Amino acid sequence: MMEEVKDVSAGSVHGDTIKVTEVLQDGDTLTFIIVSQKLSGTGEYHVDRTYDDFEWLQQHLYTQEDVPGIQGVIFPPLPVRPQVNASAKVMKQLGFLALGEWQPYCRALETFLQQVVAHRLLSKNPALELFLTSADPPGRQKIKKNLFNRLSQAMEEMRKEGHKDVDEFFQTVRDQNLQLTGSSRTAAEKFLDVVLTEQKIAVACGHFSAALHLCVEPGQDPDHKAFSRVCVKLSEVFDSMRKSMMSFSLNDLNTLGLGLDLESRHLEAEKEMLFRRTCKLVELESARRNAERAKPVRKAAMEEVKKASETEFEQICEVAKQEPLSARPCGNAAEESDSVV
Amino acid sequence: MASSSERSPPPFPESEDPEVLEAAVPDRDSDEDEADDPFLSASNTPLTRKDTPAAPASPDDSLVTSSQSEHRSASRSSEDFMDVLNISAKAALEDPADDFVDILRGGASAQRGEDDAPAEGGAADPPAAFTAPVMELRDGWSASSTQKPLVSEKIPDPLVELLGEASTVTDEATKPSGEVVDLFDDEGSNIFTGAVPAEPADIFTEEDDTMSDTRKHSVKNNGVHSAENTDIIAEATVELSLDSPRNERKKKPTPTPSLPAAASLTKPECSALEEVEEEEEDRCDISVSVTDPEKIGDGMTAYMAYKVSTETLLPMFRNKTFTVRRRFSDFLGLYEKLSDKHGPSGLIVPPPPEKSILGMTKVKVGKEDSSSADFQERRRGALERYLQRVVNHPLLLQDPDVREFLEKDELPRAVSTQALSGAGFLKMLNRATDAVSKMTIKMNESDVWFEEKLQEVESADQQFRKLHTMAESLVVHRKELSLNTAGFAKSAAMLGSAEDNTALSRALSQLAEVEDKIEQLHQDQAANDTFGFSELIADYIRLLGAVRGTFDQRMKAWQRWQDAQAMLQKKRETEAKLLWANKPDKLQLAKEEITEWEAKVTQYERDFERVSATVRKEVLRFQKEKTKNFKRQIMVYLESLLQSQQQMIKYWEAFLPEAKAIA
Repeated sequence: MMEEVKDVSAGSVHGDTIKVTEVLQDGDTLTFIIVSQKLSGTGEYHVDRTYDDFEWLQQHLYTQEDVPGIQGVIFPPLPVRPQVNASAKVMKQLGFLALGEWQPYCRALETFLQQVVAHRLLSKNPALELFLTSADPPGRQKIKKNLFNRLSQAMEEMRKEGHKDVDEFFQTVRDQNLQLTGSSRTAAEKFLDVVLTEQKIAVACGHFSAALHLCVEPGQDPDHKAFSRVCVKLSEVFDSMRKSMMSFSLNDLNTLGLGLDLESRHLEAEKEMLFRRTCKLVELESARRNAERAKPVRKAAMEEVKKASETEFEQICEVAKQEPLSARPCGNAAEESDSVV
Repeated sequence: MASSSERSPPPFPESEDPEVLEAAVPDRDSDEDEADDPFLSASNTPLTRKDTPAAPASPDDSLVTSSQSEHRSASRSSEDFMDVLNISAKAALEDPADDFVDILRGGASAQRGEDDAPAEGGAADPPAAFTAPVMELRDGWSASSTQKPLVSEKIPDPLVELLGEASTVTDEATKPSGEVVDLFDDEGSNIFTGAVPAEPADIFTEEDDTMSDTRKHSVKNNGVHSAENTDIIAEATVELSLDSPRNERKKKPTPTPSLPAAASLTKPECSALEEVEEEEEDRCDISVSVTDPEKIGDGMTAYMAYKVSTETLLPMFRNKTFTVRRRFSDFLGLYEKLSDKHGPSGLIVPPPPEKSILGMTKVKVGKEDSSSADFQERRRGALERYLQRVVNHPLLLQDPDVREFLEKDELPRAVSTQALSGAGFLKMLNRATDAVSKMTIKMNESDVWFEEKLQEVESADQQFRKLHTMAESLVVHRKELSLNTAGFAKSAAMLGSAEDNTALSRALSQLAEVEDKIEQLHQDQAANDTFGFSELIADYIRLLGAVRGTFDQRMKAWQRWQDAQAMLQKKRETEAKLLWANKPDKLQLAKEEITEWEAKVTQYERDFERVSATVRKEVLRFQKEKTKNFKRQIMVYLESLLQSQQQMIKYWEAFLPEAKAIA
């Protein structure tokens, strides 16, 4: 089923060819058309999915309890739910993805799918195959909230965030991640401001151009004609300015804007993974303490728990080390990155 | 189009105004406008205006017609252009849009640079997670999990990726080629050689002429969208040579026709207006500049003193160049004197900028911020333009007050311009009575020309006000853009310093620097928008107010005449009554009064005629000035726009190697 490393695929689909080609808007819901090439080379899969389906997939990925160290995985981030005619708060959350008629959003979803398919652990999930190839929408039942959701949303756990690490490598990674996450979020927000202002300028140029057109005087007198001509030309110039500004802003949006957005979301996902690991570390340490202090009658049980904790933690660290981390405190980034996936 | 003196229906009756045609206006002079016909033959507009003052208008005729004929020929080739655009063969290009290509490349490099940033975020991590998102940003890229091909592939594909991006803007891609063609078509008809035709393929041609650049600016977007850009570089060198001669050619015809045309055409055109327009000559004879605002004094009695420097060749002045210091109230005082003396005879006296309590208070208090600097600059510019307009007016220049203003070292303080003073109140009262009387006087307009002109002035006023608000909002947005760019530059710098990978980090800091420079550019551009454009429009709003003022003056003269006539009528009636009542002594008195009033009536009638003629001449002169002014200003403005775009391109191009170096 799985091809070898070079060929990125999930089941019968060739991973790199996954594209979200269209987004259809039906009232308030958005439906995405996903096209992917069959591995066997005999054609394509066309499926249509809504955001709920994506969430379904994500839930399934989260609940792979059987995979050891699954908590060490940096889960590819799914963008926030898209809303048509969103409120200002939601627009701010969506950031770049809400602009450009959902095209950046499609790119983001595409990235999500490709990353899942490319991941050595996640791609084995049967839900993925179903998602990509089945003509009917995969089951939409809500999966019960699991470990991941609880942890990543628990605010009271935040105090564990600062817990000192036992491993220097991971401490560095955590510090680096903290810095980068903040900076990239700010950069993305500021750039969003730039793009929005560019759009505003484009609109203002358009208004100006229209107003100039009104200046055209209907006289036959050559002065009038000359003046009108000047106005018309200037109006055209401003119209092209408008177009160029719009294209500036769209290009910015589709390149740096999207890039910054993806990067900052990836860093957030990494942060969550590191946080899960830290929580596990805290759990391990308390298990150790309990095992030491346990009365003999309970000692065996405590030891069991401790052992389980240790194994889990080690597995998580193992998996985490192989994930694409933002910081590589030791070793050459270029070489390591090649060998990972 | 025969030069007949009857009102024949215009050759191309479109929206004919029959009543205008039939309006047999007795005091209309011969149809010089018919003489216009040969020039306007190419036009499709009906000749509803049959007026004598074609004289001042004529210099523009030749300009208009030459450009019109060019327009015609250009439009015929528009279809060709369309085809050419759609096909990739761009050999027959006339006007390369040099900057276009640079902008495209610059844009591409910008994108590449920007792409590199996130891509190299992926470089630091294993590319698998990241190259996926980054690669998917460009369509048509084959997946590769190594980084070197990633970087190198970016270089040849900027256009491809742009086209990929264009998936979101494909609908724009087809539209601009259509609209852009129209824009570019009008090569000949561009009075200011603004939007000249340029093919999107021209984008890669190198250096710029100032003229072609205006086009490039407008062509920019098209290149970004259009899909036929792959082999543009090949055509680069060809375009350049085609560019220069054409621009030279274009530059020349525009200013020259006005001067010889003026000389040749004024003679036949003038009839009632015997005065030949000499404005062409006095243009360069005297130039005034207002500089160096200096704050004198302190606290609430502080004021700004400006240095007024004059350079002139006219013999009426003592020296060739001289400088005096004046304050704002001096300018206002000059205006008061001039308008009192010349306003009633129908001259359009240019108005100075308004008093601004807020602005001046800020200055007095000593608050120095960007808005007060802005205010200072605006006021200085407005004063300069005001003075220049005054000296450009041949009649006003003769006024001794003007000369005194320019030459005399110390002027008596013009107290009548103070807001809260006896004279100030008096002025307010006068203005109020004027306004009321304007509403009550219902003028029996015998000359439809004036009515039309008034209409035009009113509508022009409205339009200009709208334009002004638009221009101001554009300025506001640009300032905002510069602010946001600065913010982004800072955050990019921070991101760069947080980043591990040295190449990416360096690239990010370079990006921050580029953005910083661009922010400066945006600010300068905003300043340009303001002073080059928005202020011009504000000036004209004020001037239009003055024009309306002259119409009011004319109305007042008419009113005086009518009143005198009414009085004369009354006196005659009294005389008749006295005659009937047979009172010889009172009769004598009455007869004397009648002769007196008859004289007055004749005099007022002549006054009215004179004022009408002056107003007419003034308005036409104003219109010509307006067109010329706008044209010149707009050219300057567009050139500056161009400059800033070119600068931006240079910045991005400098950044390009940095972005490529991320490995």
